Amino acid sequence: MDRLLNVTTGLSVLLLILVLGSLRRAHIRVEYSVSWLAAGVALLVLSRNQAFLQAMARKLGLVDAPVALLMIAGAVFLLMFFRFSVIISHLRDDNIALAQRVAILEYHIRSLQSGNGN
Amino acid sequence: MTPPAAPDALLVIVPAYNEEGAIAGVVESIRQYVPGVPVLVIDDGSLDATAERARNAGAEVLPLPHHLGLGGCVQAGYKLAFELGFEYVIRVDGDGQHDARDIPRVLEKLKTTGCEMVIGSRFLNSTGAQTGLVRWLGICMFRLVLRPILGKPVRDPTSGFVGVNRRALQVFSRSFPLEYPEIETLVVLQRRRFRFEEVPCKMRPRLAGRSSITALKSLYYIAHVLLGVFVNVLKFEGRLRRAAESRPEQGD
Repeated sequence: MDRLLNVTTGLSVLLLILVLGSLRRAHIRVEYSVSWLAAGVALLVLSRNQAFLQAMARKLGLVDAPVALLMIAGAVFLLMFFRFSVIISHLRDDNIALAQRVAILEYHIRSLQSGNGN
Repeated sequence: MTPPAAPDALLVIVPAYNEEGAIAGVVESIRQYVPGVPVLVIDDGSLDATAERARNAGAEVLPLPHHLGLGGCVQAGYKLAFELGFEYVIRVDGDGQHDARDIPRVLEKLKTTGCEMVIGSRFLNSTGAQTGLVRWLGICMFRLVLRPILGKPVRDPTSGFVGVNRRALQVFSRSFPLEYPEIETLVVLQRRRFRFEEVPCKMRPRLAGRSSITALKSLYYIAHVLLGVFVNVLKFEGRLRRAAESRPEQGD
């Protein structure tokens, strides 16, 4: 159990370093890094607090605390993936509308330049 | 292309993606059978010479900055047509499968019935239906699903040969299904109490190139369209319920 929790701790720290590094290099925007940082911190705290983890496992009806940790981590990441799917959907809609507007404006400009415009 | 002078002006739009082999023939055929009507080819970010061939054949070209997919491409054409003030728009596919000789029949139906949308149907007579077994089964399934939703039968719900009037144009330029638009469009129209009709048309083999629809894509298409139809129905039922709930409050 301890080994698994240590591995989870290591992965949490790695995730936090990765996100903070990406933030510093501006590879990720602050608003999209918050979810990852929150997930990293939550995993770190859970993997270092066995008493809390065992209480959670009992509440979930699980024998092993590490399984509870994996379940919580899985749920958190699923929620994050869903959140990013929503964001991507909005971005795609905006992108299509923008591309259409650009194309139509360029068309009007070309019409005006060729003396054919309205 | 200038704003039309006539109040009932028609624009033919042709969404095209990598159709350099077929597009010139499509444009020339439209100009031959519907002379004097402007043709707008919407080039959906083609990697080949589609735009150039269309322009050389006498069409106006609306090049999109990058590939948007069929719905985004068609909607761009609808938006431009609406802004320019066209009364009727007929969409013809860029692969040459639709016969330009059917365009006047679609326009006539739009004008005489006053309905918002006319579909060129392969299955209203026995002459033009050329479709594989799997696609035929899919179409039959969509007919069954759509029958109770639309309140009337539709013979060719997947046809891309479609004419719309300005009322539909206004709706579509604001909101249009983006990936596989044909079937969802029917639901969107019906939920706004708009009417549609079908006219018989011929369907030919592609003039050039190959269809991108594979068996796997067909399955994805069916799942995607069914989901889109049911989401549209649910959205509409939700709106109806909210409207019904707000009515007594307004009365107080």
